[in-house]
Amino acid sequence: MSTKLEPTAEQIKEQKLYASMGLTDEEFALVESILGRSPNWTETGLFSVMWSEHCSYKNSKPILRKFPTEGEHVLQGPGEGAGIVDIGDEQAVVFKMESHNHPSAIEPYQGAATGIGGIIRDVFSMGARPIAMLNSLRFGDLNTSKRVRFLFEEVVAGIAGYGNCIGIPTVGGEIQFDPCYAGNPLVNAMCVGLIDHKDIQKGIASGVGNTVMYVGAKTGRDGIHGATFASEELDEHAEEKRPAVQVGDPFMEKLLLEACLELVQFESLVGIQDMGAAGLTSSAAEMASKAGSGLEMNLDLIPQRETGMTAYEMMLSESQERMLIVVKKGQEQPIVDLFSKYGLDAVKVGVVTDDKMFKLTHKGEVVANVPADALAEDAPVYHKPSAVPAHFIEFQQMENEEPAVTNYKETLINLLKQETIASKEWVYNQYDYQVRTSTVVAPGSDAAVVRVRGTNKGLAMTTDCNSRYIYLDPEMGGKIAVAEAARNIVCSGGRPLAITDCLNFGNPEKPEIFWQIEKSADGIAEACRKLESPVIGGNVSLYNERSNEAIYPTPTIGMVGLVEDLAHVTTQQAKTAGDIVYLIGDTHTEFGGSELQKMLNNNRIFGKAPFIDLDLEKARQAALLQAIQAGLVKSAHDVAEGGVAVALAEKTFGTNLGIQATLKGSATSALFSESQSRFILTVAPEHTARFEEVVIDATKVGVVTAEATIIITASDATTLVEGTVAEFQDAWKGAIPCLLKSED
Amino acid sequence: MKFAVLVFPGSNCDLDMYHAIKDELGEEVEYVWHDTKDLSTFDGILIPGGFSYGDYLRCGAMANQSNVMSEVKKAADAGKPVIGICNGFQILTEAGLLPGALLRNKNLKFICRTVQLKVVNHNTLFTNQYKEDEVITVPIAHGEGNYYCDDATLKSLEDNNQIVFTYSGDNPNGSLADIAGITNERGNVLGMMPHPERAVDELIGGADGLALFKSIVKQWRESNVNEA
Repeated sequence: MSTKLEPTAEQIKEQKLYASMGLTDEEFALVESILGRSPNWTETGLFSVMWSEHCSYKNSKPILRKFPTEGEHVLQGPGEGAGIVDIGDEQAVVFKMESHNHPSAIEPYQGAATGIGGIIRDVFSMGARPIAMLNSLRFGDLNTSKRVRFLFEEVVAGIAGYGNCIGIPTVGGEIQFDPCYAGNPLVNAMCVGLIDHKDIQKGIASGVGNTVMYVGAKTGRDGIHGATFASEELDEHAEEKRPAVQVGDPFMEKLLLEACLELVQFESLVGIQDMGAAGLTSSAAEMASKAGSGLEMNLDLIPQRETGMTAYEMMLSESQERMLIVVKKGQEQPIVDLFSKYGLDAVKVGVVTDDKMFKLTHKGEVVANVPADALAEDAPVYHKPSAVPAHFIEFQQMENEEPAVTNYKETLINLLKQETIASKEWVYNQYDYQVRTSTVVAPGSDAAVVRVRGTNKGLAMTTDCNSRYIYLDPEMGGKIAVAEAARNIVCSGGRPLAITDCLNFGNPEKPEIFWQIEKSADGIAEACRKLESPVIGGNVSLYNERSNEAIYPTPTIGMVGLVEDLAHVTTQQAKTAGDIVYLIGDTHTEFGGSELQKMLNNNRIFGKAPFIDLDLEKARQAALLQAIQAGLVKSAHDVAEGGVAVALAEKTFGTNLGIQATLKGSATSALFSESQSRFILTVAPEHTARFEEVVIDATKVGVVTAEATIIITASDATTLVEGTVAEFQDAWKGAIPCLLKSED
Repeated sequence: MKFAVLVFPGSNCDLDMYHAIKDELGEEVEYVWHDTKDLSTFDGILIPGGFSYGDYLRCGAMANQSNVMSEVKKAADAGKPVIGICNGFQILTEAGLLPGALLRNKNLKFICRTVQLKVVNHNTLFTNQYKEDEVITVPIAHGEGNYYCDDATLKSLEDNNQIVFTYSGDNPNGSLADIAGITNERGNVLGMMPHPERAVDELIGGADGLALFKSIVKQWRESNVNEA
């Protein structure tokens, strides 16, 4: 292919060829006015990817401004590869979560694998050593189709294939299953890294005359227009977009990781940035724009995997495992030597200039010459119209009603079999969650805990989002998502530090969808302020629709907390027979969006989301953390999907113990309501008096028994649930492997 | 005692091995890059797990072509202790230092969990701190740990007491005769799929692997005292 075959500037304009790249007529006109001429083919490509929603946040910027991004310990907020929070001792934690939804919908293994690769690069491009991975996944119900099961199995395999090979433990995550995700699964991956303050890097191209170097894997034709593809709805032609999916090579990334972590010790390094979405274009334009510089690159020098690549293809390729770095002029050779130790390219491809222009040459011709800021900063910002959806008004008018349940034991067993609640062992046993030998709390408890080697501290981490609540009431649900993440951190013995988020929504051009985005952001922002956990980064994934059906609004929260002393680490499982079981919080009749409602109504959810009072939430979390830090709590678990009955059962799983409990009030609500701000704990008998002084709204509900049975009675002594732990645990453990054998 | 932890491109349990020796055992240890041409200053050679060369071509096949492998063979010939764990075991079978091969797990998936191992032979330089038939808990994390060899090889492994660890209770990956770890005939080269270096600290889920490293040090000290 030769550049001569590319359409001319006139053809692009007259035939509106820019539209197929995702630019609107107005946006194209804006490009023309910035340039004072019509853009050529390569330039049109540059603008189309940089002004895509994925890169520019043009539809979501007004939303993102709602979030609190500053805090006492925040060293780096949104805007760089990943956010950074101080953890003391001149160390900091670096983390970010990102989506890879569209690629995973059509090529699940590579889509998920490259999602992992991309987020890891974001973290080590800051100079940090990645120490843990988490994920948050959404699929359709497993028993509905072969396609859904294929997507689920391949996404898990892709995460395992990349994460295990590169040697970063996958320590936690969450998975929810709902029919709305059948055609558009969500794959959100989070990476957590550790850094010494002195090693923190930025993606800047400063210092006129400094050298721009390309390091890592060679550029091929894979992933061209990946960012544009990510900013469109999926339709029946989605399969044709398969070439927009990148292909990952975790071995290459392991080499790049080790080389880059050696590189950050070099005085000569000025800036470093991952070539992620929009590849060479975004990394180079953003690095120049952030530094207020210009940048000139000779594309003949780009390491290429294929012959005959055009400027357009090179600039828009999203080939993986590449970084762009800026180094002091004349100090390139030691860097070339470093990368050659790992068998990697490190090639001078350009220089930093002072004219603020982004200039590309190829085969002796200037193929693009546009202002760097125009690409990185000047995308239009849209304030989309929003409208309250009719279903919300209808849901708010409904009274909270208790579903009719007659057989409580059978209902509990059926709930434990729901794939959202069921054991995820089938999934996490495929992830190496132990490599780096620092995983103190492995998958299967509330939040994972990873120790900070050389100190007595740990990092607690979790991902959470109950999108059903957000569908019913985005603002309330947004608050709950943050609060639940914080509950998990606190239950593990940590103090929440900050969050990263992945805002997964449908098409923002639909007013009802935009309203969901606005309202859930309001809820998230308020909870972050109240719980003192700012947003330090994240991403936005819109257009998650298949054949015009949107997913539930799913703003996933990734939270990291600090465990000040590893002695505070607490898990959810009951520990000793004779310990007292406590319930913190009050139970109301709240079944809107609950697991029970979904199960009993053939997947339909309706009504009000559970109510949350953030002041109460904050006070309870503070009291619980104080009790944990004082050594008064043997095990802690938040009450989530499936209510108290599921939480009690889960406390016995994986132990040889049982639980006997008595619950007050209406049985169905007491057992299965999903009222917020509740916890189930166990406390040694000798500590109950002190515990009750610290946690004032805790109620004794039962005792841990040596006999492995679960017995729940009403206050009038009627037995509600009685069975061996094995009966419940088998249902819970066997559900997902069993569903994967469905034949439908 | 001074240990070398070999590092191939793609090794990823090197850090775990290093810290097990340094922090938990308190012995000297160094990382050694794969192109090193001399291992003579080391008393024990540790080949860690991971994905050397991305497991491309065949697990361990590319690593076996590295400069350092001829040095590993020299160390083995000199009777020094050599351990290959997980990918290290795969490399040792590729190098012909141990018989047999590691195939894909019978369920065709990567498996990470803790398993029970039986110490079948506690009279080796790697297991003298365990009791006879002791059952220990150690993690596994591999996609290709299904040990296989022909009947004649299996018979000679059994006859020479070269089978050191077997899976106890359930066999996670389909290994022949439940084999989890074997030595060479001389008994100074050990390969095993489970990760004893991940089981050296109660904080991270158990310390049953520590006795393996202590066994090596004990034997080394005794033989060095005798020589002196």
